[in-house]
Amino acid sequence: MRPIFLQNARILDPSCDMDEKGHILVVDGKIAGTGGGIAAPEDAVSIDLHGLWAAPGLIDMHVHLREPGEEYKETIETGTAAAAAGGFSAVACMPNTNPVNDSSAVTRFIIERARATGSAKVYPVAAVTKGLKGEELAEFQDLMLAGAIAFSDDGNPVSDPGMMRLALQYATGFGALLISHAEERGLSRGRFLNEGRVSTMLGLSGIPSAAEDIAVFRDVRLAEFVGARLHVAHVSTKGTVDIIREAKAKGVKVTAETAPHYFSLTEDAVIGYNTNAKMNPPLRREEDRLAIIEGLMDCTIDAIATDHAPHSRLEKEIEFELAANGIIGLETAVPLALELFRQSFLSPLDVIRCLSSNPAGILRVKGGSLKAGGDADICVIDPEAEFSVTRENLRSRSCNTPFLGKVLKGRAVLTLLDGLPVHNLLGVVF
Amino acid sequence: MNRISSRHILSISDLMHQDIELILDTADSLKEILARPIKKVPPLRGRTVVNLFFEPSTRTRLSFELAAKRLSADTVSVAAAASSVVKGETLIDTARNVEAMRPDVIVLRHSCSGAPHLMANYVKTAAVINAGDGMNEHPTQALLDLFTVKEHFGRLSGLKVAIIGDIAHSRVAHSDILAFTKMGADVFVSGAATMFPVMIETMGARVVPRPEEAIEGADVVMALRIQKERQGGRSLIPSVREYAAVFGLTSERMRLAKPGAVVMHPGPINRGVEMAPELADGPYSVILDQVTNGVAVRMAILSLILPEDHLTSL
Ligand SMILES: [Zn+2]
Repeated sequence: MRPIFLQNARILDPSCDMDEKGHILVVDGKIAGTGGGIAAPEDAVSIDLHGLWAAPGLIDMHVHLREPGEEYKETIETGTAAAAAGGFSAVACMPNTNPVNDSSAVTRFIIERARATGSAKVYPVAAVTKGLKGEELAEFQDLMLAGAIAFSDDGNPVSDPGMMRLALQYATGFGALLISHAEERGLSRGRFLNEGRVSTMLGLSGIPSAAEDIAVFRDVRLAEFVGARLHVAHVSTKGTVDIIREAKAKGVKVTAETAPHYFSLTEDAVIGYNTNAKMNPPLRREEDRLAIIEGLMDCTIDAIATDHAPHSRLEKEIEFELAANGIIGLETAVPLALELFRQSFLSPLDVIRCLSSNPAGILRVKGGSLKAGGDADICVIDPEAEFSVTRENLRSRSCNTPFLGKVLKGRAVLTLLDGLPVHNLLGVVF
Repeated sequence: MNRISSRHILSISDLMHQDIELILDTADSLKEILARPIKKVPPLRGRTVVNLFFEPSTRTRLSFELAAKRLSADTVSVAAAASSVVKGETLIDTARNVEAMRPDVIVLRHSCSGAPHLMANYVKTAAVINAGDGMNEHPTQALLDLFTVKEHFGRLSGLKVAIIGDIAHSRVAHSDILAFTKMGADVFVSGAATMFPVMIETMGARVVPRPEEAIEGADVVMALRIQKERQGGRSLIPSVREYAAVFGLTSERMRLAKPGAVVMHPGPINRGVEMAPELADGPYSVILDQVTNGVAVRMAILSLILPEDHLTSL
């Protein structure tokens, strides 16, 4: 394989706070050097990246790849192809597959399928409880040995606080990370969107913000009490941001992610019974959206993760109340996150930090850096490129997104995985 | 003849003020037909109205059927199982199959809010009329309520309308609030505090906790049907007894209303719960007028919603 020389890019490496014009040299799938003072070997493929950004391969710490079990929605192959197209070189996939990833056999299956068919690194998140039922702990040690990098019952909360306490406590023995899908079902069951002006207007039962706030508060207190590491998934409310901010100030080992839709959209997107804007937690009010942006600005929220949740027409082209929760997000994350930069909320480096080095640090996986010696997982972004979100342009097997039909600005134009191009819009032949 | 601006009748909010005026005026001229010995006129001859009822209904279904028949349309009514998921056929499949038989109008009653909107997105030629969707809307009921009130008082603007009951779960209340406020009436709602949806004021209603405050000086007092079990098995009220004591419409409470006020109810009535038995049949009541007017208003809607070239003259 010929060396690759990426030159004249705006280099954004949040692992060392680098934001400067320079070059990256890739040799044998590894980064051989980054900066201004390096030169191209004679046999290198040289690519001029003038006007473009070069960043570590993005890491999405919350996706649903649907394999095994729901391959008609997505597979590890199509999901990681979507990841590559969105600039992601690694994803952490949630365990609510069929069968559930609550055993080392399923974890190994996912890792093997990713190796055979994937275009991105795949880090399985295993179940906290067997069958996601919230009754019995899954085998953490066995799952970690098989390759699980964190535990979550995502899709479901761990409803019983006693069980959540046990899980957090058990996890401390392994230094394992628990990812909380925080939802008080007693307040959300049989409800379909945010409780507020829009739920009243549409005549649908709404989920109050308190359903999330209460569950986050519970899990944060439990993590504090037993000294465990807790990561709060898909933050959607102002209340959650406040609780996490306060917990971090007290030194609780808590981290948090939000998804692009929570800082891009509000409950208004549901008007017209738009099932492509139905997800759990639901889109909230404008003041929640602004609080989430504030949370990203002051690092209360560490990561941007997409909660990529593919569904077919069978689950979405039906009555709103019956439609499945979730939207795809891998291919729209970059332009939506760049909007935070365009509106001067975050610097380009901080946008990339939320999408790479922070999730790497939380999950304790490699990547999120352009330092010499690391895997050549690199994402090149054209901040000006336009991306028309259509069924044909999406590489995911599903197209359930409220951005369908929209033109978004900013796009990954090249994704390298271990030095190999897995997504390439630059027209360069390697 | 003037047409209404919306292709389907899904929500009161899709109708403009002049659309509602037109429907009420048309209903007024059609109502006379219902008093004739031979209650049939030809304008919808050769047209087909399909009533798709995914939820049990006697009154609304009968009302739509009679309205169509009075105008000489062919009507077919289908009572279907409620859950598309269980049946295997989706609502969209059902809509496409029904439309393939070329009906002119599909009247849909469904337990899911937004089901008629979904159907309207997929039918190409037929007009969809919402005959009640979940706890969202029941626009034809609101239009017949407007008609009944206007018939009685000669106007809608400036009237005080009190609606007492479970506002959150009542599609009738939802449509009535939108309809009466659009026509210039002041709508007050009352009921147990658990029965108000959040931010109901944004729809134009004034929320008052005590029914007396809503009824005081009202021209129109409407009681909604109370059912005990709601919302995931949790009851919104401790008992029907307590509800009746605090919020039930009684002759005594009606004395607070303006002289000449009317009592309305969308039916079916739980006598002795939301309304004292004597009130429904009493001098204030226009409840049976509502039922009669329902046919006239639905005749008006059917005749206005079809493209003009489809009509022979009245
Ligand atoms: Zn979740």
